[in-house]
Amino acid sequence: MSQFNGVGQPAILVEGLTKSFGEVRALRGIDLSVPRGTVLGVLGPNGAGKTTAVRILTTLLQPDDGRALVEGYDVVRQPAAVRRSIGLAGQSAAIQEELTGRENLEIIGRLYHLSRAETRRRAIELLEQFGLSDAADRTAKTYSGGMQRRLDLAASLVGRPRVLFLDEPTTGLDPRARLGMWEIIRSLVAGGTTLLLTTQYLDEADELADEIVVIDHGLVIAAGTSEELKNRVGGDVIEFTVPDRGRVADAVAAIKPTGEGEPHADPETGVVSVGVGARGSDALIDAVRALDAADVASRGLALRRPSLDDVFLALTGHAAEEDGQPNGRRRGPRGRRRAADQETTRTAS
Amino acid sequence: MTAITQPAWAPGLGARIRWGVGDTLTLTRRSLLVWLRVPAYLVFTVIQPVMFVLLFRYVFGGAIPVNVPGGYVNFLMPGIIAQTAAFATFGTAIVLAQELKKGVIDRLRSMPIARSAVLTGRLVADTLRMTITILIIVGVGYAVGFRFLNGVGPAIAMVVLAIVFGVAIACVAAWTGLAIGDEESVQAFGMIWLFPLTFVSSAFVPIASMPGWLQAFAKNQPVTYVIDTMRSLALGGPVEASLWKSLVWLAGIFIVFLPLAVRAYRRAS
Repeated sequence: MSQFNGVGQPAILVEGLTKSFGEVRALRGIDLSVPRGTVLGVLGPNGAGKTTAVRILTTLLQPDDGRALVEGYDVVRQPAAVRRSIGLAGQSAAIQEELTGRENLEIIGRLYHLSRAETRRRAIELLEQFGLSDAADRTAKTYSGGMQRRLDLAASLVGRPRVLFLDEPTTGLDPRARLGMWEIIRSLVAGGTTLLLTTQYLDEADELADEIVVIDHGLVIAAGTSEELKNRVGGDVIEFTVPDRGRVADAVAAIKPTGEGEPHADPETGVVSVGVGARGSDALIDAVRALDAADVASRGLALRRPSLDDVFLALTGHAAEEDGQPNGRRRGPRGRRRAADQETTRTAS
Repeated sequence: MTAITQPAWAPGLGARIRWGVGDTLTLTRRSLLVWLRVPAYLVFTVIQPVMFVLLFRYVFGGAIPVNVPGGYVNFLMPGIIAQTAAFATFGTAIVLAQELKKGVIDRLRSMPIARSAVLTGRLVADTLRMTITILIIVGVGYAVGFRFLNGVGPAIAMVVLAIVFGVAIACVAAWTGLAIGDEESVQAFGMIWLFPLTFVSSAFVPIASMPGWLQAFAKNQPVTYVIDTMRSLALGGPVEASLWKSLVWLAGIFIVFLPLAVRAYRRAS
């Protein structure tokens, strides 16, 4: 009973949550605990179950089994109380494009039962905070993708939520808009909001999250700080392409002593990658020498930060979307289409 | 470790009703604002029925013999008005499907607003929109020679019946929009059921002119009952029989499809 409404109780607590859509087991029993005022990054590929988890936590979907509490309220039995505590921004901008930025926010304000004056003040404040003051009275249709997402995020904050859920907040944004979004998210967190953020990008989780959980096929397969996870990957990664596919095996053999783990090669694309720990540019020089000594031509040799794929390779031994139908794993045609949309935006970015 | 849930603060009934009405009005205002901003919606909802009036009045009308006082234009207008009400619900279905797809409905469902407000707000807005459209069409009808022959009271009753009919159809449309969730499929599906229902009725031609097998359907379907009632209200004639059948049908549609629409909204994903 000491936890009753207490500071010690986490803002989000999930125990053994499961959810199936027909044959598809979207969540197979996940546990999460997010302390107040911290950021949890939920990392995983399309179809891993991230969106399903967010939808259950935001009362949009009923779980099959298990329990989820947000700010101490049960999402199944006390959905109204949960809704008073949360804000949600989904994968697409849930704004009314025919209305202006200001109108969008004012309607949300009225729905939170703020007074007219308070509604007006809150809209001005948020437009200012999100760099939309100049565009406040233009219809949202004229906004860029990044501006629409910012407006959407602003809309999720009108009610001053204590817990914020952001489902892939930067999917489909160009790199500059993405950086802008990160900056905004960081400032929110600095204000003490608890945040659960899903993403397909390790660097995003790395930038924003205190703790990261990796989800695959509806299960939490790893949890820890980004530092801990990256140590499991083996730090930075050297990657290059071998134009002559017949020589990929030679390249792997040549590069192996340079790496800290087993190199990974894709025989079809000729892309070879290997973790090199913290040795950075020294490893890069070694790699160039090794490939030169073995007389293997390579293209695009570079040192890069570990990606989600690298984490997946290290944790599961398979690439993030290797099972052939990562987009078909969601229920029904709508789920598939949403996943397909994401796929296009990802390849476009 | 099992965490303990805290008791939730619950507003009283009075506050809940006040908020329910307030939320509905806010969402109604939002819908109407969007409608006024998009010229295409205006065209779809107003220009199209006007085109139908002109088309049937001046192109097909001369070839359709009818036996009502005032000739074909008087026969036509109640039918067009009912069809206008029914077609206005395309907008209901399409907009709900769009909002579902874009995540607007998710956002609203994740907020502490009255559960009923999204659907009722939509229906109230669409009813207002429908009423405006119907009044415009009545005006256009007057311009091309239509006249109410049965007095003001029955004329108002005719418009009210058309609106109630439209709202009943809007419940069906809301359900299809939320259950199908894709605007193009919703639009195609609307064509499939609304076109036969409105055209294979007494809206544009006397049913007696149809082949026998089609008459069986045309005579016994709700749109015909509603239009026959509207025609009698507008022009005079026996109302009672068709009015009762209309009301039973409309009540049946509300009883079946309003809960279906509510359920589709709750489950919307």
